[in-house]
Amino acid sequence: MKMELIQPFINAADAVLAQSLRCRTAVGDVSMTEHTYRRHGVAAQIAFTGDIEGRIIFDLAPATAAYLATSLSGTEIAAGDEMAGEAVLELANQVIGNAVTTLNNQGFNFRVLPPLVYSAEQGLPSTQDTEALLMSFDTCGGTVYMNIAMRYNCQSSEKTASAVGA
Amino acid sequence: MEQFAPLRRKKDGQPVRYLVVDDSVFARKNLGKMIETFGGQVAGEAADGCAAITEYERALPDLVLMDITMPLMEGIEAAEKILQKHSDARIVMVSSVGYQENIVAALQRGARHFVQKPVKADVLYEVVKYVMGDDAVVAAIADGAHA
Repeated sequence: MKMELIQPFINAADAVLAQSLRCRTAVGDVSMTEHTYRRHGVAAQIAFTGDIEGRIIFDLAPATAAYLATSLSGTEIAAGDEMAGEAVLELANQVIGNAVTTLNNQGFNFRVLPPLVYSAEQGLPSTQDTEALLMSFDTCGGTVYMNIAMRYNCQSSEKTASAVGA
Repeated sequence: MEQFAPLRRKKDGQPVRYLVVDDSVFARKNLGKMIETFGGQVAGEAADGCAAITEYERALPDLVLMDITMPLMEGIEAAEKILQKHSDARIVMVSSVGYQENIVAALQRGARHFVQKPVKADVLYEVVKYVMGDDAVVAAIADGAHA
Protein backbone atom coordinates (compact mmCIF):
# COMPACT_ATOMS: atom_id res chain seq x y z
CA MET A 1 0.00 0.00 0.00
CA LYS A 2 1.50 3.31 -1.05
CA MET A 3 1.95 6.21 1.34
CA GLU A 4 0.56 8.62 -1.24
CA LEU A 5 -2.77 6.79 -0.90
CA ILE A 6 -2.73 6.53 2.88
CA GLN A 7 -1.61 10.03 3.77
CA PRO A 8 -4.88 11.76 2.76
CA PHE A 9 -6.78 9.42 5.10
CA ILE A 10 -4.42 10.17 7.98
CA ASN A 11 -4.65 13.91 7.35
CA ALA A 12 -8.44 13.78 7.07
CA ALA A 13 -8.81 11.70 10.25
CA ASP A 14 -6.53 14.04 12.14
CA ALA A 15 -8.40 17.14 10.98
CA VAL A 16 -11.91 15.77 11.45
CA LEU A 17 -11.13 14.34 14.90
CA ALA A 18 -9.51 17.59 16.04
CA GLN A 19 -12.52 19.60 14.87
CA SER A 20 -15.10 17.15 16.20
CA LEU A 21 -13.49 16.71 19.62
CA ARG A 22 -12.11 20.26 19.83
CA CYS A 23 -8.71 19.08 21.00
CA ARG A 24 -5.31 18.18 19.63
CA THR A 25 -4.82 14.64 18.37
CA ALA A 26 -1.64 12.62 17.93
CA VAL A 27 -0.91 9.63 15.75
CA GLY A 28 -0.28 6.61 17.96
CA ASP A 29 0.72 3.13 16.86
CA VAL A 30 1.04 2.38 13.14
CA SER A 31 1.53 -1.10 11.70
CA MET A 32 0.82 -3.17 8.62
CA THR A 33 -0.99 -6.45 9.02
CA GLU A 34 -2.28 -9.38 7.07
CA HIS A 35 -4.14 -10.76 10.07
CA THR A 36 -7.86 -10.63 10.70
CA TYR A 37 -9.18 -7.49 12.33
CA ARG A 38 -10.48 -7.63 15.90
CA ARG A 39 -13.00 -4.96 16.83
CA HIS A 40 -12.35 -2.87 19.96
CA GLY A 41 -15.81 -1.38 20.50
CA VAL A 42 -18.18 0.69 18.34
CA ALA A 43 -17.05 0.37 14.72
CA ALA A 44 -18.11 1.72 11.34
CA GLN A 45 -16.98 0.52 7.94
CA ILE A 46 -17.03 2.44 4.67
CA ALA A 47 -16.23 0.85 1.33
CA PHE A 48 -15.17 2.69 -1.79
CA THR A 49 -14.78 1.66 -5.40
CA GLY A 50 -13.12 3.22 -8.40
CA ASP A 51 -9.45 3.69 -9.31
CA ILE A 52 -8.65 2.52 -5.80
CA GLU A 53 -10.95 0.14 -4.03
CA GLY A 54 -11.07 -0.97 -0.46
CA ARG A 55 -12.57 -0.23 2.90
CA ILE A 56 -11.83 1.63 6.08
CA ILE A 57 -12.94 0.74 9.57
CA PHE A 58 -13.16 3.26 12.39
CA ASP A 59 -13.29 1.69 15.80
CA LEU A 60 -13.76 3.38 19.17
CA ALA A 61 -14.22 2.07 22.71
CA PRO A 62 -17.83 2.66 23.86
CA ALA A 63 -16.77 5.45 26.23
CA THR A 64 -14.78 7.16 23.46
CA ALA A 65 -17.73 6.86 21.07
CA ALA A 66 -19.96 8.47 23.70
CA TYR A 67 -17.41 11.27 24.20
CA LEU A 68 -17.34 11.88 20.44
CA ALA A 69 -21.13 11.90 20.19
CA THR A 70 -21.41 14.30 23.14
CA SER A 71 -18.81 16.62 21.65
CA LEU A 72 -20.42 16.60 18.20
CA SER A 73 -23.99 17.05 19.39
CA GLY A 74 -23.48 19.30 22.40
CA THR A 75 -25.77 16.96 24.36
CA GLU A 76 -24.65 14.40 26.94
CA ILE A 77 -24.75 10.95 25.33
CA ALA A 78 -24.06 7.85 27.41
CA ALA A 79 -21.87 4.92 26.38
CA GLY A 80 -24.07 2.32 24.74
CA ASP A 81 -26.58 4.88 23.49
CA GLU A 82 -27.61 4.30 19.87
CA MET A 83 -26.55 7.85 19.02
CA ALA A 84 -22.94 7.04 19.96
CA GLY A 85 -22.89 4.46 17.16
CA GLU A 86 -24.47 6.96 14.79
CA ALA A 87 -21.74 9.45 15.68
CA VAL A 88 -19.06 6.91 14.73
CA LEU A 89 -20.79 6.31 11.39
CA GLU A 90 -20.85 10.04 10.72
CA LEU A 91 -17.21 10.41 11.77
CA ALA A 92 -16.22 7.67 9.31
CA ASN A 93 -18.29 9.30 6.60
CA GLN A 94 -16.63 12.67 7.10
CA VAL A 95 -13.07 11.30 7.22
CA ILE A 96 -13.49 9.19 4.09
CA GLY A 97 -15.28 11.98 2.26
CA ASN A 98 -12.52 14.46 2.99
CA ALA A 99 -9.76 11.99 2.07
CA VAL A 100 -11.46 10.99 -1.14
CA THR A 101 -11.85 14.67 -2.02
CA THR A 102 -8.08 15.11 -1.75
CA LEU A 103 -7.37 11.98 -3.80
CA ASN A 104 -9.91 12.99 -6.42
CA ASN A 105 -8.16 16.32 -6.80
CA GLN A 106 -5.00 14.27 -7.51
CA GLY A 107 -6.76 12.50 -10.37
CA PHE A 108 -8.23 9.38 -8.73
CA ASN A 109 -11.90 8.66 -9.29
CA PHE A 110 -14.01 7.14 -6.53
CA ARG A 111 -17.43 6.16 -5.49
CA VAL A 112 -18.00 6.12 -1.73
CA LEU A 113 -20.66 3.77 -0.39
CA PRO A 114 -22.81 4.64 2.64
CA PRO A 115 -21.25 3.73 6.00
CA LEU A 116 -22.26 0.52 7.76
CA VAL A 117 -22.07 -0.55 11.38
CA TYR A 118 -19.27 -3.06 11.64
CA SER A 119 -20.48 -5.61 14.11
CA ALA A 120 -18.34 -8.65 13.36
CA GLU A 121 -15.88 -9.60 16.05
CA GLN A 122 -13.38 -10.44 13.31
CA GLY A 123 -13.18 -9.16 9.76
CA LEU A 124 -11.91 -10.82 6.64
CA PRO A 125 -8.19 -11.40 6.65
CA SER A 126 -6.10 -9.08 4.49
CA THR A 127 -4.54 -10.48 1.36
CA GLN A 128 -1.40 -9.56 -0.52
CA ASP A 129 -3.50 -7.21 -2.61
CA THR A 130 -5.28 -5.66 0.32
CA GLU A 131 -2.83 -5.59 3.19
CA ALA A 132 -4.24 -3.47 5.98
CA LEU A 133 -2.77 -0.51 7.76
CA LEU A 134 -3.66 -0.38 11.43
CA MET A 135 -3.22 2.92 13.17
CA SER A 136 -4.50 4.77 16.18
CA PHE A 137 -5.09 8.37 17.10
CA ASP A 138 -4.71 9.50 20.69
CA THR A 139 -7.38 12.07 21.51
CA CYS A 140 -8.74 13.78 24.61
CA GLY A 141 -11.66 11.33 24.53
CA GLY A 142 -9.62 8.16 24.15
CA THR A 143 -8.07 6.17 21.35
CA VAL A 144 -9.57 6.05 17.86
CA TYR A 145 -8.48 3.08 15.74
CA MET A 146 -8.40 3.21 11.95
CA ASN A 147 -7.93 0.14 9.78
CA ILE A 148 -7.33 0.79 6.07
CA ALA A 149 -7.30 -1.92 3.43
CA MET A 150 -7.18 -0.83 -0.20
CA ARG A 151 -5.59 -1.58 -3.52
CA TYR A 152 -5.30 -0.15 -6.99
CA ASN A 153 -8.09 -1.23 -9.28
CA CYS A 154 -6.00 -1.82 -12.40
CA GLN A 155 -9.01 -2.18 -14.69
CA SER A 156 -10.48 1.13 -13.56
CA SER A 157 -7.11 2.93 -13.68
CA GLU A 158 -6.50 1.75 -17.24
CA LYS A 159 -9.94 2.99 -18.24
CA THR A 160 -9.25 6.40 -16.68
CA ALA A 161 -5.83 6.62 -18.32
CA SER A 162 -7.25 5.70 -21.68
CA ALA A 163 -10.13 8.17 -21.28
CA VAL A 164 -7.71 11.04 -20.69
CA GLY A 165 -5.40 9.84 -23.45
CA ALA A 166 -2.52 9.12 -21.08
CA MET B 1 -24.07 25.76 20.70
CA GLU B 2 -23.72 29.41 19.76
CA GLN B 3 -26.82 31.43 18.85
CA PHE B 4 -27.19 33.44 15.67
CA ALA B 5 -29.42 36.37 14.82
CA PRO B 6 -32.69 34.68 13.77
CA LEU B 7 -33.41 34.48 10.04
CA ARG B 8 -37.09 35.03 9.22
CA ARG B 9 -39.06 34.79 6.00
CA LYS B 10 -39.55 38.27 4.62
CA LYS B 11 -43.10 37.56 3.41
CA ASP B 12 -44.60 36.71 6.81
CA GLY B 13 -41.88 37.03 9.45
CA GLN B 14 -42.11 33.32 10.23
CA PRO B 15 -39.04 31.10 10.80
CA VAL B 16 -37.33 29.76 7.68
CA ARG B 17 -38.50 26.15 7.18
CA TYR B 18 -35.91 23.49 6.32
CA LEU B 19 -35.97 19.97 4.92
CA VAL B 20 -32.95 18.03 6.21
CA VAL B 21 -31.86 15.07 4.07
CA ASP B 22 -29.08 12.79 5.29
CA ASP B 23 -28.84 9.03 5.79
CA SER B 24 -27.15 9.64 9.13
CA VAL B 25 -29.66 10.25 11.90
CA PHE B 26 -26.82 11.83 13.85
CA ALA B 27 -26.11 14.32 11.05
CA ARG B 28 -29.84 15.14 10.77
CA LYS B 29 -30.11 15.82 14.50
CA ASN B 30 -26.98 17.95 14.43
CA LEU B 31 -28.17 20.00 11.48
CA GLY B 32 -31.52 20.34 13.22
CA LYS B 33 -29.81 21.85 16.24
CA MET B 34 -27.88 24.28 14.07
CA ILE B 35 -31.13 25.28 12.37
CA GLU B 36 -32.61 26.04 15.78
CA THR B 37 -29.69 28.35 16.52
CA PHE B 38 -30.49 30.17 13.26
CA GLY B 39 -34.06 30.68 14.48
CA GLY B 40 -35.31 28.23 11.85
CA GLN B 41 -37.68 25.28 11.93
CA VAL B 42 -37.16 21.72 10.68
CA ALA B 43 -40.20 21.12 8.47
CA GLY B 44 -39.18 17.59 7.53
CA GLU B 45 -36.44 14.99 7.49
CA ALA B 46 -35.51 12.28 5.02
CA ALA B 47 -32.87 9.55 5.03
CA ASP B 48 -32.53 9.01 1.28
CA GLY B 49 -33.20 10.72 -2.03
CA CYS B 50 -36.56 9.03 -2.67
CA ALA B 51 -37.91 10.06 0.72
CA ALA B 52 -36.56 13.57 0.14
CA ILE B 53 -38.75 13.99 -2.93
CA THR B 54 -41.85 12.84 -1.03
CA GLU B 55 -41.03 15.03 1.96
CA TYR B 56 -40.44 18.05 -0.25
CA GLU B 57 -43.93 17.67 -1.74
CA ARG B 58 -45.44 17.37 1.73
CA ALA B 59 -43.53 20.11 3.55
CA LEU B 60 -42.73 22.58 0.74
CA PRO B 61 -39.79 23.93 2.72
CA ASP B 62 -38.01 27.22 2.13
CA LEU B 63 -34.64 25.48 1.93
CA VAL B 64 -33.30 21.93 1.61
CA LEU B 65 -30.03 20.72 3.15
CA MET B 66 -29.18 17.66 1.04
CA ASP B 67 -26.48 15.05 1.62
CA ILE B 68 -24.95 13.41 -1.49
CA THR B 69 -23.97 9.85 -0.60
CA MET B 70 -27.17 8.07 0.44
CA PRO B 71 -28.84 4.72 -0.19
CA LEU B 72 -31.67 4.20 -2.73
CA MET B 73 -31.16 7.54 -4.47
CA GLU B 74 -28.23 9.89 -4.08
CA GLY B 75 -28.63 13.56 -3.26
CA ILE B 76 -27.66 15.02 -6.65
CA GLU B 77 -30.30 12.95 -8.43
CA ALA B 78 -32.91 13.80 -5.80
CA ALA B 79 -32.10 17.50 -6.13
CA GLU B 80 -32.50 17.26 -9.90
CA LYS B 81 -35.90 15.57 -9.57
CA ILE B 82 -37.15 18.12 -7.05
CA LEU B 83 -35.99 20.97 -9.27
CA GLN B 84 -37.68 19.49 -12.35
CA LYS B 85 -41.01 20.04 -10.60
CA HIS B 86 -40.14 23.00 -8.38
CA SER B 87 -37.67 25.15 -10.28
CA ASP B 88 -37.56 27.67 -7.44
CA ALA B 89 -36.50 25.09 -4.83
CA ARG B 90 -33.50 26.24 -2.83
CA ILE B 91 -31.22 23.25 -2.35
CA VAL B 92 -27.87 23.35 -0.57
CA MET B 93 -25.72 20.24 -0.89
CA VAL B 94 -24.05 19.21 2.39
CA SER B 95 -21.49 16.45 2.00
CA SER B 96 -18.09 15.28 3.15
CA VAL B 97 -17.27 14.38 -0.46
CA GLY B 98 -16.40 17.82 -1.76
CA TYR B 99 -14.46 17.27 -4.94
CA GLN B 100 -14.97 19.52 -7.90
CA GLU B 101 -16.76 16.93 -10.03
CA ASN B 102 -19.46 16.53 -7.37
CA ILE B 103 -19.83 20.24 -6.77
CA VAL B 104 -20.10 21.02 -10.48
CA ALA B 105 -22.61 18.19 -11.00
CA ALA B 106 -24.78 19.50 -8.16
CA LEU B 107 -24.63 23.11 -9.31
CA GLN B 108 -25.34 22.15 -12.92
CA ARG B 109 -28.50 20.41 -11.77
CA GLY B 110 -29.66 23.53 -9.96
CA ALA B 111 -28.33 23.26 -6.41
CA ARG B 112 -27.66 26.72 -5.04
CA HIS B 113 -24.59 26.03 -2.93
CA PHE B 114 -22.30 23.38 -1.46
CA VAL B 115 -21.12 23.01 2.15
CA GLN B 116 -18.47 20.48 3.05
CA LYS B 117 -18.71 18.37 6.20
CA PRO B 118 -17.84 18.68 9.00
CA VAL B 119 -20.30 21.57 8.93
CA LYS B 120 -19.37 24.72 10.79
CA ALA B 121 -22.44 26.55 12.05
CA ASP B 122 -21.15 29.99 11.10
CA VAL B 123 -20.39 28.83 7.54
CA LEU B 124 -23.82 27.25 7.12
CA TYR B 125 -25.51 30.35 8.54
CA GLU B 126 -23.82 32.56 5.95
CA VAL B 127 -24.72 30.14 3.15
CA VAL B 128 -28.36 30.09 4.25
CA LYS B 129 -28.45 33.89 4.34
CA TYR B 130 -26.91 34.03 0.85
CA VAL B 131 -29.23 31.42 -0.65
CA MET B 132 -32.37 32.90 0.92
CA GLY B 133 -31.30 36.31 -0.39
CA ASP B 134 -34.05 38.92 -0.26
CA ASP B 135 -36.60 36.31 0.84
CA ALA B 136 -35.19 36.29 4.38
CA VAL B 137 -34.49 39.02 6.88
CA VAL B 138 -32.32 39.02 9.97
CA ALA B 139 -34.53 39.58 12.99
CA ALA B 140 -33.54 41.57 16.06
CA ILE B 141 -30.34 40.27 17.58
CA ALA B 142 -30.78 38.64 20.97
CA ASP B 143 -28.16 39.17 23.67
CA GLY B 144 -25.01 37.20 22.90
CA ALA B 145 -26.09 36.22 19.41
CA HIS B 146 -23.94 36.69 16.31
CA ALA B 147 -24.93 39.30 13.75
